[in-house]
Amino acid sequence: MTSRRDRKGRPIVAVTGIGLVTPLGTGKEDNWRKLTAGESGIRSITRFATDGLRTTIAGAVDHVFEEGMHSAELSEKLARLAGTEAIAESGIGSKGNFPGPLFLAFPPIEIEWPQRFAIAAASGANDRIEYGDLVRAAGDPKFRPFYEASKYGVVPDNLAEHFGTQGSPISLTTACASGATAIQLGLEAIQRGECEAALAIGADGSITAESVVRFSLLSALSTNNASPESASRPFSKNRDGFVLAEGAAALVLESYDHAVARGARILGVVEGVGEKADNFHRTRSSPDGKPVISCMQKALADAGVTPEDVDYINAHGTSTPENDRMEYHGVSTVFGERLKDIPISSNKSMIGHTLTAAGAIEAAVSLLTILNQRIPPTINYQVPDPAIPLDVVPNVARDARVTRVISNSFGFGGQNTCLVLTGEPAA
Amino acid sequence: MSAQREVWITGVGIVSALGEGLDQHWDKLMAGGPPPYDDKTFAPYITFPVVPLNLDTQIPKKGDQRQMEAWQRIGVYAAGLALTDAGIARNTEILDRADMIIAAGGGERDVAVDAAILTDVRRVEKRDAFVNERLMSDLRPTLFLAQLPNLLAGNISLVHGVVGSSRTFMGEEASGVDALRVAHARVAAGQSDITLVGGAYNGTRWDLVLLFRLGTPLLEAPFRPVWDRGPQGALALAAMGAFVVIESREHAEKRGARPVARLVSVQSSRNLRKPGESESTLRAEFEALAGSVKKDRAVIISGASGAEPATSEEKTVVAETGLPVRATATYIGNGMEAQFFANIALGCQAVRKGTLFPPSGSGDTGTAPAGGIAQALVTSVGHWRGEGLALIERID
Repeated sequence: MTSRRDRKGRPIVAVTGIGLVTPLGTGKEDNWRKLTAGESGIRSITRFATDGLRTTIAGAVDHVFEEGMHSAELSEKLARLAGTEAIAESGIGSKGNFPGPLFLAFPPIEIEWPQRFAIAAASGANDRIEYGDLVRAAGDPKFRPFYEASKYGVVPDNLAEHFGTQGSPISLTTACASGATAIQLGLEAIQRGECEAALAIGADGSITAESVVRFSLLSALSTNNASPESASRPFSKNRDGFVLAEGAAALVLESYDHAVARGARILGVVEGVGEKADNFHRTRSSPDGKPVISCMQKALADAGVTPEDVDYINAHGTSTPENDRMEYHGVSTVFGERLKDIPISSNKSMIGHTLTAAGAIEAAVSLLTILNQRIPPTINYQVPDPAIPLDVVPNVARDARVTRVISNSFGFGGQNTCLVLTGEPAA
Repeated sequence: MSAQREVWITGVGIVSALGEGLDQHWDKLMAGGPPPYDDKTFAPYITFPVVPLNLDTQIPKKGDQRQMEAWQRIGVYAAGLALTDAGIARNTEILDRADMIIAAGGGERDVAVDAAILTDVRRVEKRDAFVNERLMSDLRPTLFLAQLPNLLAGNISLVHGVVGSSRTFMGEEASGVDALRVAHARVAAGQSDITLVGGAYNGTRWDLVLLFRLGTPLLEAPFRPVWDRGPQGALALAAMGAFVVIESREHAEKRGARPVARLVSVQSSRNLRKPGESESTLRAEFEALAGSVKKDRAVIISGASGAEPATSEEKTVVAETGLPVRATATYIGNGMEAQFFANIALGCQAVRKGTLFPPSGSGDTGTAPAGGIAQALVTSVGHWRGEGLALIERID
């Protein structure tokens, strides 16, 4: 059998399984139906008290959340759901034995307020409580679960055990680009010939009052609390920030040869990836868009294609004033005149911004877009921003011929990753 | 698979309780004095604070220093030392395409705000609403940026201009091993020409003392070397930062870089830590390298953490090799994500100097080989998970 190589002589990396959980629902079928129906998953927060918060809406996965769950537990549950769906579709390996490594995009976790309250109560301190009091109370074995819920290494290890992945699991964060970075690491490992398959998961279930406060203090969030469903408005003139959300996606990545040899269905191909860090500012992207331009160009070059070959852009599209303007500037520079013929939509208009998971979720949706030849819309597009003249697939899904997608992920801290995805090459 | 390229370490940066830079570290270690621990600040627990750093030399803008918390300042500082040592600091042509993989913790909290809320919340009825209001009014907006693990990389991009790419791994000691393993594999396979890789940690913080106290013993007086902390074992949390610049031999030679050492191999594994599993996993990693190790000129720089039974299991395996062994955590404490890089740095110094510092504790054995040190095997048996092993080689 001759081995299938890409334009650069590397093993072709196929996707043979996709798993998806978002505020819209669990499973890609349910999600796809709602995404193409233009439904919003954004609601008023009910999981915790929102008194005193500037933002009281989110895309919380209340259908997955169980009372009392710590962020690590909810995020792990999301990762399990998405991973299980992807592996089942792929049919790879056997139950509890995935023949490759795990790359997990996961939120940073820590001790949370309910735990802090419990330890403080046990400290018996009557007057001022100091950390020393908490430390003195912390040795009680009943608090050990708090330790495991707040340690970075625990969830990747649990998932490696659950899925039976090979080797040391890698847990990573590149802020809002994390999910794409997980896919990139899997792609590179297969291209190096280290493995025939890899499980890439992005999961984030970390909406807490404190996380809302943190983003609020950076003025990043929409405060359109009165109408949650229409709060996320990427590319609209009246956009006012992103909406925090939760979710997960998993991709089974596999060398094309390996997938074909075992008769697997090829759902798509990860054709190229680009990354470029930004050294402009800690939370703001370089206004000239240079890093994201370079990132997209590197992704296209890595895939060995040109802007002419791209049919659809899955935008980062966060709905913040700054991102959407900068992203427009970036895509208009990269795609030039061709841009007017390329639809570009933001899944975040419906799902919200799932942070660590977003890059993986949007890669999954990009592949579904290719598989179904239908582009999910940018909803809440009522007031176009004249400074951002884009075909955002406004409000209603559209049938279209889509063979190649570029999916953008631009992160806080200047970490940018773009993926180029296509369909089954033999199709 | 494409032909593997030779990978060189061309720059090293390290800061810890022992000092700044490899020479200061080595001088202190060779002198064999008492470890520089602190038994007062977090009494009864022993910690290893980082030496005072002249931050202005690596982070010239005060505004940048203010936007970071200690763990990030330590990391950005150590990264700057590594870039300087490699001769690429401020070389924008190289930095623009230099890749970066960081192993990072995070979560630095404002303990004063936490303590005040915990104190005051007992007097209010609507607890959650009270916490919301206090967090909204009391948290510094930029503190969030000191809590995100990826913002160490972000700050390195900002301060030093490393912008080729940026990835951050999380997960205690194992994430450091995986960061170096992936960085090595990428350079060897031609996916990267030059990569800055390393980590930073600040364990001298109340919030981390609390986290570890919840689940693992912390070292109390009397101070003991990592090998000899009793059946329960104990950690001594530390602040440290360590980075290396690795690049393909071709790339290094083309720019006339002076190599520190060759990075031959990096392995990482995991298991559930049932009795004996750390031992068998680490043994398998040593066996995988058997063909490459020069038995009469190699030493082991052990990353033993002091946690048990992992440390005892490692002791069995390293003793079987018959090679000289030195554990460094006795002198620098536990720096989690940064630990492995600190040991890689010290391993580089061992092969460069050909000397080995005096033993401390029951697992430190042997002396520097008479024929000089050609290789250092650097172990990482994490306090909770992860068995790693790297081989560093002298370039003559």
